[in-house]
Amino acid sequence: MSEATAPKAVEAPLTFLDDRLGSTTFFKRNMKKVFPDHWSFMLGEIALYSFIILLLTGVFLTLWFRPSMGEVVYDGSYVPLKGVKMSEAYASTLHISFDIRGGLLMRQIHHWAALLFMASILAHMLRVFFTGAYRKPRELNWLIGIGMFTLGMLEGLAGYSLPDDLLSGTGLRITQGVAEGIPVVGTYIYMFLFGGEFPGQDIVPRLYMVHILLIPALLLGLVTAHMMIMWVQKHTAMPVKNQSEKQVYGYPFYPVFMAKTGAYFLFTFGVLALFGAFAQINPIWLFGPYDPGAISSASQPDWYMGVLEGSLRIMPGWEINAWGHTLSLSVLIPAALPLGIVFGGAAAWPWVEAWVTGDKRHHHVNTRPRNAPVRTATGIAAVTFYGLLWLAGANDVLADKFHVSLFATTWFFRVTFFVGPVIAFIVTKRICLGLQRKDADIVGHGVESGVILMSPDGKFSERHEPARDEEKHVILSKENARLQPPDRDANGIPAPGSKGPIGHLRSRLNRAWTYDDIPVEEHEDGHEEIESGRTSREIKH
Amino acid sequence: MKRITAWRRRPWAGYAVVLAALAAIGVIYAGFSPQTDRAEAQGTAQAAEDLKHGQELFNKNCASCHGLNAEGTKDAEGNAIAPSLIGVGAASVDFQVSTGRMPASNPGAQIPRKPPIPAFNTSIKTDFEEKEKREAAEKQKAQAEKNLADLRAYISSLGGGPEVPPASAVDPSKGDAALGGKLFRTNCAQCHNFTGQGGALTGGKYAPALSGDDVTPTQMYEAMLTGPQAMPVFNDTTLRPEDKQAIIAYLVQTREEPNPGGNGLGRIGPVSEGLVAWVVGVGLMIMAAMWITAKKPKKLKKS
Amino acid sequence: MSDDNKETAGSTGPREDDGRRERVIGTPSPAREKALLAEDNISAPAGVGEQLDEASAKRAERVVASFFLLAFLASVVFIAYFIGWSGRDGGMHGVWDAREVNFWLGGTMALAFLSMAIGVTIWVRRLMTSKPIVQERHELAADEETRAAFNRDFLEGAEDSGITKRPLLRRTLLLAAAPLGLAPLVLLRDLGPLPEKKLRHTFWGDAVKRAQAEGKRGVRLVVDGTNKPLKVSDFATPGSMITVLPEGMEEHLPEDQVLTQVAKAVTILINVPSGEFKPAKGRGNWHVNGIVAYSKVCTHVGCPAALYEQTTHHILCPCHQSTFDATDAAKVVFGPAARPLPQLPLSVEDGYIIATSDYHEPVGPSFWERG
Repeated sequence: MSEATAPKAVEAPLTFLDDRLGSTTFFKRNMKKVFPDHWSFMLGEIALYSFIILLLTGVFLTLWFRPSMGEVVYDGSYVPLKGVKMSEAYASTLHISFDIRGGLLMRQIHHWAALLFMASILAHMLRVFFTGAYRKPRELNWLIGIGMFTLGMLEGLAGYSLPDDLLSGTGLRITQGVAEGIPVVGTYIYMFLFGGEFPGQDIVPRLYMVHILLIPALLLGLVTAHMMIMWVQKHTAMPVKNQSEKQVYGYPFYPVFMAKTGAYFLFTFGVLALFGAFAQINPIWLFGPYDPGAISSASQPDWYMGVLEGSLRIMPGWEINAWGHTLSLSVLIPAALPLGIVFGGAAAWPWVEAWVTGDKRHHHVNTRPRNAPVRTATGIAAVTFYGLLWLAGANDVLADKFHVSLFATTWFFRVTFFVGPVIAFIVTKRICLGLQRKDADIVGHGVESGVILMSPDGKFSERHEPARDEEKHVILSKENARLQPPDRDANGIPAPGSKGPIGHLRSRLNRAWTYDDIPVEEHEDGHEEIESGRTSREIKH
Repeated sequence: MKRITAWRRRPWAGYAVVLAALAAIGVIYAGFSPQTDRAEAQGTAQAAEDLKHGQELFNKNCASCHGLNAEGTKDAEGNAIAPSLIGVGAASVDFQVSTGRMPASNPGAQIPRKPPIPAFNTSIKTDFEEKEKREAAEKQKAQAEKNLADLRAYISSLGGGPEVPPASAVDPSKGDAALGGKLFRTNCAQCHNFTGQGGALTGGKYAPALSGDDVTPTQMYEAMLTGPQAMPVFNDTTLRPEDKQAIIAYLVQTREEPNPGGNGLGRIGPVSEGLVAWVVGVGLMIMAAMWITAKKPKKLKKS
Repeated sequence: MSDDNKETAGSTGPREDDGRRERVIGTPSPAREKALLAEDNISAPAGVGEQLDEASAKRAERVVASFFLLAFLASVVFIAYFIGWSGRDGGMHGVWDAREVNFWLGGTMALAFLSMAIGVTIWVRRLMTSKPIVQERHELAADEETRAAFNRDFLEGAEDSGITKRPLLRRTLLLAAAPLGLAPLVLLRDLGPLPEKKLRHTFWGDAVKRAQAEGKRGVRLVVDGTNKPLKVSDFATPGSMITVLPEGMEEHLPEDQVLTQVAKAVTILINVPSGEFKPAKGRGNWHVNGIVAYSKVCTHVGCPAALYEQTTHHILCPCHQSTFDATDAAKVVFGPAARPLPQLPLSVEDGYIIATSDYHEPVGPSFWERG
């Protein structure tokens, strides 16, 4: 097991590299790099591996796809479309699906991987948010992540528009309509994007370039930066025993973490292959080639564009016409406001939170969501906001499947747009505080053991036992809120930045962040012993 | 009581409460949502002259809403309860009655398709093994066909209107499915969806799905021709019989076509695909992650 | 994927019989010269391995091995199916073949990957003996000395470069660099034509002009898809609806512009029962007994506003549910559209429905210069 020399097949190439790159020092230092274990830390890996799978399947597709809008008459093997005029892009996609063995499989894995890529980024982002892992020193990575999600949205839009089918063509039409409505430069942006009027001949080849070259290159760069930053800073850890701000505990990179992450890559590929084999996605032959006079009910974009779709649907038809010009509020507000709030708010959040709490320390240990109620509640409010708009994008499907009036769904979402996040915030905060109380109770009084004791005078009580060490450690990881230091120094001079409207806002927000915090700490008075009816401690597992 | 108290501490207790709550919501929702229509068994065959027979059938099944002279009825404010049938034609009658929409039991936002009442049910099962059953079923079916024919003839006699298309006009194998697809996507898919999965209209109305086998080519033709309820009319001079046949060919071919990529997920596109990606995709990956990062089993260690 | 080196099929060298383990076919020979690991002058923590219960470890090894074997078989079937079966009868063509190929290739692929994944996972969990270790989290920022040294070097270098002492240098450098960023943007001008008046006309205008030049009053409406012109008597049933285009698009337009012009010209023709139709002011002669034509391009963001409910006379756009009243100049009754659908002036000529002019306003979504 622990020999001093490695087998020749391993040793020779390593020496080769070391002589030229000095790589063995790097390997030696990093082979035992510790990666703390938690299932939620693997969500980002789903995105990473889906991205790799997208690259692999994407290359396959580029071998046969023709990014041209030139008209051809279909003469392939999908009978219901024989003799129909369509673009080369659409015809080549049909060719891949029905005449290239494995073509449909690769198309489907590619599209499922795109959906999974975006879903896992969002899940990963939520995990990072709710554990506070975006705090110093990880704000940069947080921004990079938001950037990648945005790029992913554009990449997906470009990608599913390439086959030039009726569904995605409708999406491009909507994109054109929104672009057209931009003040002053809208019509120019429209003409420049499409090389003329819609649909023109240029949009598919241009989107092709964006989809296979520009955005993948940007994503590769960003993902490399994201990983390198994480490598240097080391991954955060959950607030369990053995983890602290000064040390990280876990299995070594080589061989354990390598194997685990390798297994996860295989799982990702396997699940995507499963989907590609047994779940049909994007059946463009059923949609037909793009025809600007045709449209289907239940026309929705891929899920990650759903928020924009929902915003467009619930907005009332407001427009300002003045002095020969038109400002289309009904189009501009939905396009810019909701995602602007969500992504802008998310991007600013690390600094906003640091400003409000005054916390400028490094954080390498995660916080339990319940221990930061305002953060968690804001996050859930944002999720509710995003989720409601996303559902609103499918309101016609909801109306059809659940037999409710179509306009009633629109009104429902118009109202819950405002009311939903507020209710979510309040409810979540209450739940967090309730959980904090439960934690304080466990630390203070121990865990209910289910054993009922009767005292000599006939009173019944339940015996409580002290919590296990691991559990206590997790519970006590909470940083109880302390009052901010007074903003006046010894001579009564107010601290800079605490006066004025911004300063007052900050102190009010700071108070709101901490005022209802429930202290969770160990008591010294030992009334556990009294409750338990014993005089000596017993630790039971 | 003690059992419940003890059970509430189990790790699965939270999940059980959620499941129970979901089940309760489901039961309450079912209780509040409108009942599915139940047709009343009426109608008996009578040996009489066909038109008179048709009139009798009409009086028995339809006149209570459509008026004794099929002139339609209105309520106190003058809103129509049931429209006049004068001039609707045999095609309308055939469509409405053979799809079971008429006689309607509950006038709601839209009259749904349901099994036709026995008097007019021409799609009953007749391929029984026992001779008696089979003969009885065939007799009933023949009677239903006659009833329907007589009813059509009667309504037709009141004011003319579109006729039932001949079998040759609705034969799916003779239509140009490619042209049908183009026409369908331009004029029909906006309500019925690309492949006829149906869709929502305003106010609780809907365009029904055309993907089920019970939607026959004849009914498709008649629906286009007569424009039932909210559906617009596509008469034979706007969409010629060969155009309609093309559309029928497209619909039938598409619904009989398998899904080469696997399960069709309802054939409604990105909504169900996104749902599956999140629930099944992310769900499976999270389960894999939980397994990979779980604490190692103790029993491995050498004792 | 961690390609463990033990899996490589190395050369079968001479057997080691210096008392160490027997070599099995497939394991490479250990190097004889220098040790692989560098000197331990960096504090990488050492982890002594766990001790495993050999019996259950052997069992686990067999389980892992069988999963790897399953993966191997699945991959073999993938290749064998491709070579041996998928090409039969002239290869894969059409829906049924595609389905079969998709199931086989996808299914074997999924099986191979998932089996390997499960195998590696069981291996990690039951056979890897690494113990968890501790690693220090060092301060990320440089220490005081380093920072001071850096500052010193930085300022020295700036002094040496002369940029601090020579403002003319500095300013002209910035001047030189500024347009370099702007210049390439200018190259993007030729991405597309200027909008000019394009959005204010549709092909209806051209078609009507051409017809009037030939002495007619307007251009006929034809059914989209069949190109059949419509007589008034053809379209006389109340409640009718159909999508129409101006006659002659394919004849008079180059092939690559047909779809672009259709995107603006597509029109929805509706027969509103004449008792219910309320022509707008000044549009009394734009309809023919309740037969009315509106632009099918929704004024919200441009989807075809295609649904027509005969009973409510509402035109509904399926994208975002903008709703227009067909009896009342397609004015907006619900939804995010802000403008009614433009109406096409109709008339009759030789019994055929014709359009007598282009739309009187731009079709489609609103834009800044629309007015």
